[in-house]
Amino acid sequence: MTVILGQTFTGISIGAVLLLIALGLSLTFGQMNVINMAHGEFIMAGAYTTYVLQKSISSAGMSLLLALPIAFLVSGALGALLEWVLIRRLYLRPLDTLLVTWGVSLMLQQLARDIFGAPNVQTRAPDWLTGNITVIGGDDPLTFANSRLFILSLAVAAVVALSLTLRLTPLGRRVRAVVQNRDLAEVSGISTSRVDRTAFFIGSGLAGVAGVALTLVGPIGPTMGTNIIIDAFLVIVVGGIGQLKGTVIVAFVLGALQSVLEYSTTVSVAKVLVLVAIVAFLQWRPQGLYTLRTRSLV
Amino acid sequence: MNLLKGRSARAAAGFAAAAVVLFAVAPLMLSDFRLGLLAKYLCTAMVAVGICLAWGRGGLLTLGQGVFFGLGGYAMAMHLKIADAGPGNLPDFMQLYGTATELPWWWQPFANPLFAIAATVLLPMTVAALLGLFIFRRRVKGAYFAILSQALAAAFAIWLIGQQATTGGTNGLTDIQGFFGYSLDDPVNQRMVYFVIAAVLLLLIALARQLIQSRYGELLVAVRDSEERVRFLGYDPANVKLVAYVVAAGMAGLAGALFVPAVGIISPALIGIVPSIEFVIGAAVGGRASLAGAVLGAVAVAWAKTTLSEEFPAAWTYFQGLLFIVALAFLPGGLASLAVYVRRRGAPKAPEQKAPVVPVGEAA
Amino acid sequence: MSSVPSIHRRRLLAGTAALAAVVALSACGAKTDAAGSSDKAAKIDSSGDTVKVGLLNSLSGTMAISEVTVRNSLQLAIAEINAKGGVLGKKIKPISEDGASDWPTFAEKATKLIKEDGVAATFGCWTSASRKAVKPVFEKNKSLLFYPVQYEGLEESPYIFYTGATTNQQIIPALDYLKSQGKKKLYLVGSDYVFPRTANKEIKAYAKANGMTILGEDYAPLGSTEFSTIANKVKASKADAVFNTLNGDSNVAFFKEYKSAGLSAATMPVVSVSIAEEEVKSIGTQYLEGQLTAWNYYQTTPGAANTTFVKAYKAKYGADKPTSDPMEAAYTSVYLWKAMVEKAKSFDPEKVKAASDGITFDAPEGLVTVDGASQHIYKTARIGKVGSDGLIEQVWDSGKPIKPDPFLKGYPWAAGLS
Repeated sequence: MTVILGQTFTGISIGAVLLLIALGLSLTFGQMNVINMAHGEFIMAGAYTTYVLQKSISSAGMSLLLALPIAFLVSGALGALLEWVLIRRLYLRPLDTLLVTWGVSLMLQQLARDIFGAPNVQTRAPDWLTGNITVIGGDDPLTFANSRLFILSLAVAAVVALSLTLRLTPLGRRVRAVVQNRDLAEVSGISTSRVDRTAFFIGSGLAGVAGVALTLVGPIGPTMGTNIIIDAFLVIVVGGIGQLKGTVIVAFVLGALQSVLEYSTTVSVAKVLVLVAIVAFLQWRPQGLYTLRTRSLV
Repeated sequence: MNLLKGRSARAAAGFAAAAVVLFAVAPLMLSDFRLGLLAKYLCTAMVAVGICLAWGRGGLLTLGQGVFFGLGGYAMAMHLKIADAGPGNLPDFMQLYGTATELPWWWQPFANPLFAIAATVLLPMTVAALLGLFIFRRRVKGAYFAILSQALAAAFAIWLIGQQATTGGTNGLTDIQGFFGYSLDDPVNQRMVYFVIAAVLLLLIALARQLIQSRYGELLVAVRDSEERVRFLGYDPANVKLVAYVVAAGMAGLAGALFVPAVGIISPALIGIVPSIEFVIGAAVGGRASLAGAVLGAVAVAWAKTTLSEEFPAAWTYFQGLLFIVALAFLPGGLASLAVYVRRRGAPKAPEQKAPVVPVGEAA
Repeated sequence: MSSVPSIHRRRLLAGTAALAAVVALSACGAKTDAAGSSDKAAKIDSSGDTVKVGLLNSLSGTMAISEVTVRNSLQLAIAEINAKGGVLGKKIKPISEDGASDWPTFAEKATKLIKEDGVAATFGCWTSASRKAVKPVFEKNKSLLFYPVQYEGLEESPYIFYTGATTNQQIIPALDYLKSQGKKKLYLVGSDYVFPRTANKEIKAYAKANGMTILGEDYAPLGSTEFSTIANKVKASKADAVFNTLNGDSNVAFFKEYKSAGLSAATMPVVSVSIAEEEVKSIGTQYLEGQLTAWNYYQTTPGAANTTFVKAYKAKYGADKPTSDPMEAAYTSVYLWKAMVEKAKSFDPEKVKAASDGITFDAPEGLVTVDGASQHIYKTARIGKVGSDGLIEQVWDSGKPIKPDPFLKGYPWAAGLS
């Protein structure tokens, strides 16, 4: 029983990490159809931001909390810059974007290596995030890790903030208008290029936030982004492009699937099975779980 | 009609020039080591021929060519390992890491050289056909297709790594000594491998050009540019795409098979996401829609990678990244579009034709 | 099918002719049995007043996190030797190549170093996969590789000198130590590649012979950073100790998860064989304090040679940079090569090999001796404990250097392993 509950929580926490790293993509890839391979390096930028802040502020808790908004700005600015210099030239060629941003990702990795050194760096987690809470005591205790709970709440908060922004603010309305029908939005007086850049800023900024969260569970190094980027893209593809709820559901489903399979087989086999399951799922629903029904998207 | 003849003559001349360079100039000019590297580059060029067909002409961004390259490579390497070990013996890595006392059943057919050679091409083609049948019928395309291909490449690489006892794991199959009885130790035989590779590349280019010029080639471009219209005309775009995808897979498999004797190793490092992207990048830099562009681009990018990393071992990835960015963001048709541009400038009288040299392609 | 058949037919003819030419050419190729007598030894470029050596490490890709420090330490040794007059009166000129964490690239660069640059020896490689990829290159060209990392054993290449530990100098002493501490139930966690799988095979054989039980065995793909399930499994197993052969990034994620699961060095210690000072620095002592490591060298290892090494390294690369076992083994390997060359009075690999037996060097880890037969070196095994300052304190050592035994011939329980 404890094992099942424990694995359920593990599934949810894997899902939360997936959600957090995919959330930014749901905007840049999902809404704008830009395959940005440098997204992983924006996550890396967020993680290094935490590292730099911690070097100047000794309090681990303060620096972590401060890192959240600052990493958002740093990665967001990087994203906006990338959009302005390169991606806006490539909107009609989504697959070229993939290759170009891969070049960018190579350069950013080397840059990180030259600035921070090739070895991984460490950040200190605040004490209130390294422990765990005991849900069921006794001989075979069930515990939930604080860091995972923190990431889960961060992911939920980010989803709520993003969906509220898209639904309620004028900016969100403009983004949705551009996504659904670019030409119509343009003739309605919306500056599509400015909307694009803002959306890219937010999407990349969310990658930065994910980077801060990842410092709690994983390594901080030049290649940290490459390991997770494909998982993030798969979440969006399976969830359905342009649909936030698809992303959320799929992140948790994949997390649960991964955790169950890892427990019953091995990590490698689980990974292969998850990928095969995704391919099979897309045979069944090639447009993903949810599709945005508009006339412009074909 | 005149125009068509001119183009064919030019292609024939280019083909002849390539043959002279590959068979006479390169072997005379290059040291054994550099010729070996060229053989490796030519293998990536073979993959690029397939990519030119599937992506440049068909609009399918095949980001999983590493899988087919790997299938071909492993098929060949398995046979060579069995041959190296000699009858009755297990390949060296199985003795070290394996638990089995005899060859696993799925290794056994590869002891037969003819089966192995056929498998290097047919195995990737079969896998591609099965995959393609599902994917194209369900109209998965554009970005979805690209990401899906990457996922497959990743899954295949992870699976290979996990099966260490029978696939060599991360190490892959290394230390391949002989090639159908010829010792790969000998520079003379290395040269022979190079000639085989060069000849196969030329054959593949000829085959691809044949396909591109045929009615099928026209149909493929039509599917790329407007799939719906082709469907309304009564063709099934899924079949059209499938053929290009399967042919490209076969070419990648053959390239993998020939890579093994040229380099002496096949490993999961050549299969995953990164090598799959690198295959595509070469074709993209050169010009995905033009055969010459894709082939020269693949060779040039591979050559640049070697040279840059030799000159600047600690900073070459900057240059590599920059090369991709500049070539792809600012020259959408690749370097081949530069040639077209120059040619047009040179002959201003030629009638302005809207030839689809610069594909916007890959309808999202 | 085609619209202009004549041209295509001609082209096909040309292709066939080319193929025929190739077949004809191949007839001139030498069959396997005919070859072999020709001497293909690589030419060493020691003209002028310099001799070239190759440095082959990953400077990009996932392995750069570890291999760059090895490069630094190789360069330190070379600079020191050059400052004292070089080798046989010649200054060492290092040629750097990037293996890019990609095994075929390692093979390509090794060939380049030997054939194009004419290096007298090459230093580097980290993963077993990269070593396996370059092994045939060095053997074919009869050139020397000095490999500075602990590895899974079961290998003796005539052209490789192994200056890191083989299993009987690291893993078996670690198991002996655990046994002496009364740890009888082990859980094995490793990355999915050759070293952990082979090491675990040996650990299982050892356990069987020594009355220990293995409660579980888990592998994660290299670079994997999701360890919550593995941590849950380890926790549920209630093992006495964990034997950890994870490599690189995975260690960071594993130890963070380990602590989150409420496991600690006090309740269930982890013995790691790939965590050195550099890794401790990148994971953080809050996760690692009290955990055990098995190596042959720590930054804290006593001795004048080590004091000098640590001081020189920090002076060159920064006071906050730690030194570690693979770095020390790399540093030592350059000095061993120098001593061999001076004894042989030649850069010729065959003469260097012949001179290698019994060469000693007062290394930072203590006195090491080359075993000419296996081309490994005698090393002292040391178990250490991660301290709160991020350094590793030795808690046990083997007393004297252990004779290398890569095929574990001296251990009856290992009879069926290779």
